[in-house]
Amino acid sequence: MQFEYFINGGDFSKAGQASSQFKKVLQQLNVAPHTIKRIVVALYEAEVNIVAHAFKGKISIELQPDLVSMLLTDEGPGIPDIEKAMEVGYSTASPKVREMGFGAGMGLSNIKNNADLLEITSIVGKGTTLKISVNLSKQE
Amino acid sequence: MAVRHFHHALKIRTETCFGCTHCLKVCPTEAIRIRNGKAVLNENRCVDCGECFKACPVQAIYIDQDDFERIHGFEYRIALLPSIFLGQFSRKYNREQIYDAIKAVGFTHICEVEQSTGILQQQINRYAAENPDKKPLISSFCPAIIRLIQVRFPSLANNIMLLKPPLDITALYCRKKLTDEGVNPARIGVFYITPCAAKIAAIKSPVGEDYSMITGVINMDFLFNRVYRHIKNNLSKDVTGNDDKVLNADAIRWSLTHGESDHFEGRSFAVDEIHNVIDFLEKVENEEIKNVDFLELRACDESCAGGALTTANRFLIVERLRSTKNEEISSRESKSKTIEDYREYLEHRIKIQEIKPRSIMKLDDNMETAMLKMDQVKEIMKLLPGNDCGICGAPTCHAFASDIVQSEADIRQCIFIQKCRENTGELTLFESLRLMKEIWGKEKF
Ligand SMILES: Nc1ncnc2c1ncn2[C@@H]1O[C@H](COP(=O)(O)OP(=O)(O)OP(=O)(O)O)[C@@H](O)[C@H]1O
Ligand code: SF4
Ligand SMILES: [Mg+2]
Repeated sequence: MQFEYFINGGDFSKAGQASSQFKKVLQQLNVAPHTIKRIVVALYEAEVNIVAHAFKGKISIELQPDLVSMLLTDEGPGIPDIEKAMEVGYSTASPKVREMGFGAGMGLSNIKNNADLLEITSIVGKGTTLKISVNLSKQE
Repeated sequence: MAVRHFHHALKIRTETCFGCTHCLKVCPTEAIRIRNGKAVLNENRCVDCGECFKACPVQAIYIDQDDFERIHGFEYRIALLPSIFLGQFSRKYNREQIYDAIKAVGFTHICEVEQSTGILQQQINRYAAENPDKKPLISSFCPAIIRLIQVRFPSLANNIMLLKPPLDITALYCRKKLTDEGVNPARIGVFYITPCAAKIAAIKSPVGEDYSMITGVINMDFLFNRVYRHIKNNLSKDVTGNDDKVLNADAIRWSLTHGESDHFEGRSFAVDEIHNVIDFLEKVENEEIKNVDFLELRACDESCAGGALTTANRFLIVERLRSTKNEEISSRESKSKTIEDYREYLEHRIKIQEIKPRSIMKLDDNMETAMLKMDQVKEIMKLLPGNDCGICGAPTCHAFASDIVQSEADIRQCIFIQKCRENTGELTLFESLRLMKEIWGKEKF
């Protein structure tokens, strides 16, 4: 099954909506609660990164009985040093974004901790793509 | 297919219900449908929050209590009394007067529920320290919230603290104390004076406990009426001075919003009213809200002051309880033991069993079948008007679409679909009228 969500940069009031909607899908499909949590937390962080750091983006999700693959592509500034961006605590978030409670520099590492696979590609000045996959174990 | 999971205290009086849909719309778990002109409750979905009870304009929904006369089957008749009961009375009446009246209408003992909160409070902090993986820890106080989490937030079920609520600890204490004094346990009847349906359901089919220490349940509004009438008719009588009075001001406020969270060492939130709780838990579940240590969550607005069976206005109840000062508890110590003497006994028995999730959201146990059904729901949604009118007997178009996929409804129950099909000749007027009668009852046509 395929799902698509569109994200606007800068709209923090709606940040998290796509993750919440996809969570409802997973719950209806009887995915194990623990796995749902991992998927949703990873997706939420990636979604917020588009809102916080990029201009606009798209989430495409491919759901198979044993695997969720999430592709997040955005048009934005890109990430010059991905390794550095992955470090816990590293953030370029503006003071305004920090005021809203984001920008602790935890997002990318949190995604990595929850995903079975994370691939980041980025072109500075153009945009960033995240590929996140989580295996679905058989129902518990 | 529908397996009955537990007892519900909320019941529908079919002879009074006229299918007005007020309850249909307020139910936070979409547990109600209209069939044959009457509201019907899905037992697996209902969490006993009492929203439908509060919304019903004709009192067709009632809360099933035990027969009051049952108390007389016991020689020792204990009223397990939550402090909220005191809040039902104006400040003119003091605690001694109220307690005298409770005894006058039939009880022999009064046991204040919140007297165990001192013990519990310490245990909560200890439990939090011992279970750092359960952050945020969710209080086990409100049974409607526990059930809500089981059915709607399965991934948070593990965060519920596995400690007895004050009610169960105190019930254990008052039984033990009396049996220690030599009373035959068979002669003790412990009756909880409940402010809500959720507590009844929790007592009749406990979650995380094998059995309950409580003999029966009396609805708070029922007892209030009896007690208040007695006080009114006996105003001139002297109060005897009552030694059942052991609560201090903190304990009295435990069941109000912030009553628990204020005592928690760490970052905590107190959220009341079930829809607020749902909004908040959505964010906790997604980790949009993080680094929280403790959550006090209550289904009712203003917590138990807003319970479905309270009689006074909830804000007045809160005012009364908040203004209660620490009163002298003088004569007690010398005479008999207090709950402090049983601290160790109670601490050993304070744990409850694991609370298992039982999601109501899944379309099927098997994921591949669920995926098929989800596709079907999506296709059906394209045909439905999306205005959630409720004429089909379901609260929303989405709930209706799921019902169709689960073979619990027929798409031709939708009035918009009916009109379209009548227009094309696929459906006769006679047939569509028959379908409407099935939902709304013959009398309406
Ligand atoms: N989609 C993106 N486009 C551009 N830069 C990004 C994007 N995602 C992350 N970054 C860069 O990587 C840094 C680290 O990201 P990370 O999500 O770990 O932390 P954060 O977003 O700054 O703070 P937090 O996620 O804790 O709120 C960001 O500060 C930003 O510079
Ligand atoms: S808040 Fe109190 S009165 Fe309301 S359902 Fe929960 S326990 Fe019952
Ligand atoms: Mg981030």
